[in-house]
Amino acid sequence: MNRFAALLDRLAYEPSRNGKLRLMTGYFRDTPDPERGYALAAITGALSFRHAKPNIIRALIAERADPVLFELSWDYVGDLSETVALMWPARVGGGERTTLAATSSLSNVVTTLASLGKSDLPAQLAAWLDALDETGRWALLKLVTGSLRIGVSARLAKTAVAALGDKAPDEIELVWPGLKPPYTELFAWIEGRAGKPVNVDPAPFHPVMLSHAIEEADLAALDPSHFAAEWKWDGTRVQAVAGEANGRRVARLYSRTGEEISASFPDLTDALTVDGAIDGELLILRDGRVQSFNVLQQRLNRKTVNAKLLEEFPAHLRAYDLLAENGEDLRELPFAERRARLEQLVDRLDHARVDISPLVPFSTWDELIAARADPAAAGAGGDAEAVEGVMLKRLDARYLPGRPKGLWWKWKRDPHVIDAVLMYAQRGSGKRSSFYSDYTFGVWTAGENGDELVPVGKAYFGFTDEELNDIDRFVRNNTINRFGPVREVVHDAAKGLVLEVAFEGLQRSGRHKSGIAMRFPRISRLRWDKPPHEADRLETLQTMLRSEDAATSVRPLARAASAGADS
Amino acid sequence: MAYLKAMRPEDILKPTAAGLCSQIGGFHIDPVRPVERALITHGHSDHARAGHGAVLATQETLDMMRLRYGDDFAGSTQAIRYGEALKLGRTEVSFHPAGHVLGSAQICVAANAVRVVASGDYKDVADPTCLAFELVRCDAFITEATFGLPVFRHGDPRAEIAKLLNSVALFPERAHLLGAYSLGKAQRVIAMIRAAGYDKPIYLHGAMEAITRYYASRGIDLGDLRLVRDAKKAELAGTIALCPPSSLQDRWTRRFPDPVSAFASGWMRVRARARQRGVELPLVISDHADWDGLTATIAATGASQVWVTHGAEEALVHWCTMKGLAARPLNIVGYGDEDEGAAEIASAEAEA
Ligand SMILES: [Zn+2]
Ligand SMILES: [Zn+2]
Repeated sequence: MNRFAALLDRLAYEPSRNGKLRLMTGYFRDTPDPERGYALAAITGALSFRHAKPNIIRALIAERADPVLFELSWDYVGDLSETVALMWPARVGGGERTTLAATSSLSNVVTTLASLGKSDLPAQLAAWLDALDETGRWALLKLVTGSLRIGVSARLAKTAVAALGDKAPDEIELVWPGLKPPYTELFAWIEGRAGKPVNVDPAPFHPVMLSHAIEEADLAALDPSHFAAEWKWDGTRVQAVAGEANGRRVARLYSRTGEEISASFPDLTDALTVDGAIDGELLILRDGRVQSFNVLQQRLNRKTVNAKLLEEFPAHLRAYDLLAENGEDLRELPFAERRARLEQLVDRLDHARVDISPLVPFSTWDELIAARADPAAAGAGGDAEAVEGVMLKRLDARYLPGRPKGLWWKWKRDPHVIDAVLMYAQRGSGKRSSFYSDYTFGVWTAGENGDELVPVGKAYFGFTDEELNDIDRFVRNNTINRFGPVREVVHDAAKGLVLEVAFEGLQRSGRHKSGIAMRFPRISRLRWDKPPHEADRLETLQTMLRSEDAATSVRPLARAASAGADS
Repeated sequence: MAYLKAMRPEDILKPTAAGLCSQIGGFHIDPVRPVERALITHGHSDHARAGHGAVLATQETLDMMRLRYGDDFAGSTQAIRYGEALKLGRTEVSFHPAGHVLGSAQICVAANAVRVVASGDYKDVADPTCLAFELVRCDAFITEATFGLPVFRHGDPRAEIAKLLNSVALFPERAHLLGAYSLGKAQRVIAMIRAAGYDKPIYLHGAMEAITRYYASRGIDLGDLRLVRDAKKAELAGTIALCPPSSLQDRWTRRFPDPVSAFASGWMRVRARARQRGVELPLVISDHADWDGLTATIAATGASQVWVTHGAEEALVHWCTMKGLAARPLNIVGYGDEDEGAAEIASAEAEA
């Protein structure tokens, strides 16, 4: 535990990407199996301990500290695990300390936690906390609550593992879904002691491919004959995977981040009767019509699934890519070929809950511009309301995890909507004074040490009372800093809250670090489903600003009118 | 027999706009505005200001004020030795080591057998650059609360020095740039580095040269000290250089080869604070008492009244109340009216 704690501690302070890689690679090289494998699992977020909830930790400290002093301390530090680690009473004497610390290796902690019953957990945690020093306590609590927040993405950790051998990080991504902690076969392969691990999961998640934003002005540089276009649906992206192992059929639904959500969508997993991995949009269809995102949200928010819910909110998969079929990996094939295979598969599946996202026919950009302006007339028909733009996909593009350049483009219908990440929240005034209701949000931009968020605006309306409650709770539970009435909330690549922000226009601003100010921004939707790293980038706003500049001669009146309506 | 009204601590000292004032003694302690007669606990700029009529302090504190403000920093000065008693008005005052920085003192003010101790800033752990904190039993104790929360437990500073020296050994090609407050912290850290057996030259930012030379002139062995401005970039590889915390982020750092940014402060106990400043190597070394030190000291003074200044008053007042002590915060002007975050950062930069 001590070495793992020291690694986390150093990673938390190390600002540079290369420095973090060096630290992790060094640790993986010098630490034996299975300890390093569990460390990798912890850093990539592959561990979760059912019973280890923050309230257990609060109960433990409540037995050991005055409640007022604890609240004041927590308020100051902002992070529960760190507060408890710092306040935990020191053992006097400490004679047995070293022996206990030695037995509480990370492997021991992980395997013990996995088998421990809920009632035994508090005493076990307390024994470990007594045995560890401050850094050890902090690391243990971070580990069991599953929020390391050390500024290391799963991708970076895999990159560090890849650097042990001569492997590319993508090679690890490809075998990763079939692997389990402590990853001994992965390390054996990387270090050249064994062959490549085979993917044994019959229905694994495939890391998704993402798109870049594009504007009308950018089209001229592209050749329309190289691209296919699809509607961009206003639902939530999922991956539906089915396969068979040892005579057992497995069908799973994953979120875009690889979280399994099968249990919430039995109506959809039942429909997956052919083997393959489909990338598509989860929608609610009623009488053959796509319902608004709000309707979908109501189903997504529901924890328990019952017959009534399934009937009122029938889930539907609109398929747009095929990543594997009958055990064959299709991701190396060009998009056009994958699309042809997808069409055949959906045909064969022949199920009312699964259809194909149609291609939007065009041969010139002008035709596509016209189609995007009027989806109803261009084939979307009665579903046009649910179209939020078009996707452009290069016909020859392989399916690459992450956000490769130049292959997939999203061209949103309403340019005045972006996905931003909540950075700071401030208490409101009047009847909202007990809520954190003023939000500062940011978008990604390249910084000295990789991508960082830069604030682009502040919004304090556009959400329902229920949503305000949810955001307020999120703010309180995820505060990392306090500045008087302002709280800074967690906002790294993996953790944070994505806000869809609608606004009336953009202006250049010397006051903002981003150089851009939004006119009348408001929260149009909460994207709990979206990981922060998928939020928009500053370049997207800069492009919007340029097209805005070009259009100002005709826009001011319309803007003034809508601005009036907002305030 | 003359009627002797029982003296209350607030008849001896009470907070005013200019700072703690003793009407019956005719003086202020650490006043924040110019006054006729000032008693100064120690040389830090929030306690020792220029422009008073007469100043009474330890010789070291007077020397430091002279160094910082020039010869005319006060109308007149008088040095007092630790333990020496002096009659001022209807009071008797004495100065006692506070263990905070060289020359720092707690000031005991007594009248009619009632004793009030204004401790200034203090710490109850060993510091090779100043006399150890001396416990003065009293009826009312005025304590600071810079680290007045139970999350502040500073630990053994020698372990932090070892962390620094390990990092220096690990990165021989890089310079270690250590932010430390110029008066006190810098010299203590240097003395501790020497005590740990490190005898290579240590480099100084120009802003801390005069005060560090002064410490050396008072017989504190700080070894071979050189100035950063006299060294070439390549020479600085593998070295330790000290600078004021505010210099850690400025252009000045470009003269170092791939510097590791370290900061010696009690604030480094809390991770978010260290990360906020971009510190890569946080060293938890404080010249203020930590939570355990504050509470142990308060209990040991035997005081039945505790007045709390400087920082996290609320938690310490709560602790005192639970122990049955009468406690209240002293809202000395200049504290508590700023944005919480800004005040914290500012005070971390000032002296922590
Ligand atoms: Zn001081
Ligand atoms: Zn002070």
